[in-house]
Amino acid sequence: MDVLDRYEALVGDFDAFRDACERPLPNVVRVNGIKTTPERAARAFEEAGIAVTRREWHDGLLELDTGKPGNTWPYAHGWVHGQEEVSAIPARVLDPDPGDRVLDACAAPGSKTGQLAALMDDTGTLVANDDNLGRLSALRSNCDRLGVTCAAVTNRDGRNFSTKELGVESFDSVLVDAPCTCEGTIRKNPDALDNWSHGYLNQVTGTQKGILRRAVELAEPGGTVVYSTCTFAPEENEAVLDHVLDEKDAELVPFELGLDSVPGITEWEGETFDSSMERAKRVYPHHNDTGGFFCAKLEVGA
Amino acid sequence: MRENDSSRFERVAPTERENDVEGRPSREAILEWWDDRFGIPSETFADCTFWEKGAGKIWAFHDEVPSPVRAESLGLAVMRVRQEHWKPTTDAVQRFGGEATRNVVELDEGEARAFLEGEDREVAWDGDWGYLIAAHDIAGVTEPIGVGLYLYGELRSRMPKGKQRTL
Repeated sequence: MDVLDRYEALVGDFDAFRDACERPLPNVVRVNGIKTTPERAARAFEEAGIAVTRREWHDGLLELDTGKPGNTWPYAHGWVHGQEEVSAIPARVLDPDPGDRVLDACAAPGSKTGQLAALMDDTGTLVANDDNLGRLSALRSNCDRLGVTCAAVTNRDGRNFSTKELGVESFDSVLVDAPCTCEGTIRKNPDALDNWSHGYLNQVTGTQKGILRRAVELAEPGGTVVYSTCTFAPEENEAVLDHVLDEKDAELVPFELGLDSVPGITEWEGETFDSSMERAKRVYPHHNDTGGFFCAKLEVGA
Repeated sequence: MRENDSSRFERVAPTERENDVEGRPSREAILEWWDDRFGIPSETFADCTFWEKGAGKIWAFHDEVPSPVRAESLGLAVMRVRQEHWKPTTDAVQRFGGEATRNVVELDEGEARAFLEGEDREVAWDGDWGYLIAAHDIAGVTEPIGVGLYLYGELRSRMPKGKQRTL
């Protein structure tokens, strides 16, 4: 018995799910639109003898025929960032505009921060916060390498985050890519489940609810909050959303993705959730040959 | 004149006349330097505000926020001042150096790889001494790699250790 057996009834084709979880991931990088274009990055890899496969749902993602994308010219120039395919989902769903005020509430190590900055054309204000001091240097160096000038990095607790010192009262949109049990990263980190426990699950869901609640408060009326995790556990996904939506004036809204997924669930181990949870998306590893992911889009004060 | 408070981000003054902090350059002086040294036009930074944190580190932030700011970082550290020769950062050169029209040394593939490894090399250069932008051709464009210090016929790579790579 291991943790993933909990999800046999949820997943559908459980054998395909299991098989996918045991395969290594393809090597995927995201092209940094602040510094170059997908075409130029692809050409540079091909000039270096590295075959490139594009992704239909996201033209900035390149699958590379090398295990070491970090030792290439495009990486040295900050043209690309090593980023698992599903990790490119939440920034796409948040879809900020140039000049927006955006909060990335759990930003380290910065993959999504860099992607958000590129979507904003590196204009406006992107507050990239993380409470984990140890991961802050990775966040900073990734932003620097990608040439991000629109981000302010802060080191605060997302549950009572305040931006008064930055002169920002509220945000057009907030991304909560929450700390989680990371079950969906099993293909990248085969030991991802080794420290799984109900104790940690209870602790992390408390944190997730606190950060999401604060995110909803910080978004302007009509603003967008995206909640995502890289885990399968409904306790960390639908249950967190259901809890916060009970307290706060916000609702789940539908969104398009272009990747195979299944809807969020409305029932788990005797607990029922609001029917709007079906507007969230669960991406399982066997759907698109990726890691696992969960993503929901909220409209605030709607 | 007051002393620099190195613990927070303080916005630099628009001109020398408005500056009230010992040794801090104005926005005007910063823009002039990028233009004089590298031919990067002031318009490149039109939407950026400049800030100092630490002793002489200048940051470019792509928005307006009230000064001072307490944060871990604010935009991109673009240059080091408060020393005889101002020095651009590798990150700034990679981000804005594509617009440079002077003091850019174009390296061949072998020289470029050595530069990325942090090696010093003799290169053909008959321009100014001092800090140069090292660049090479890739995918049909001339792309900046980093900052080199040219002295006595030699280009000294200033790639930070964490960014050095052997390709």
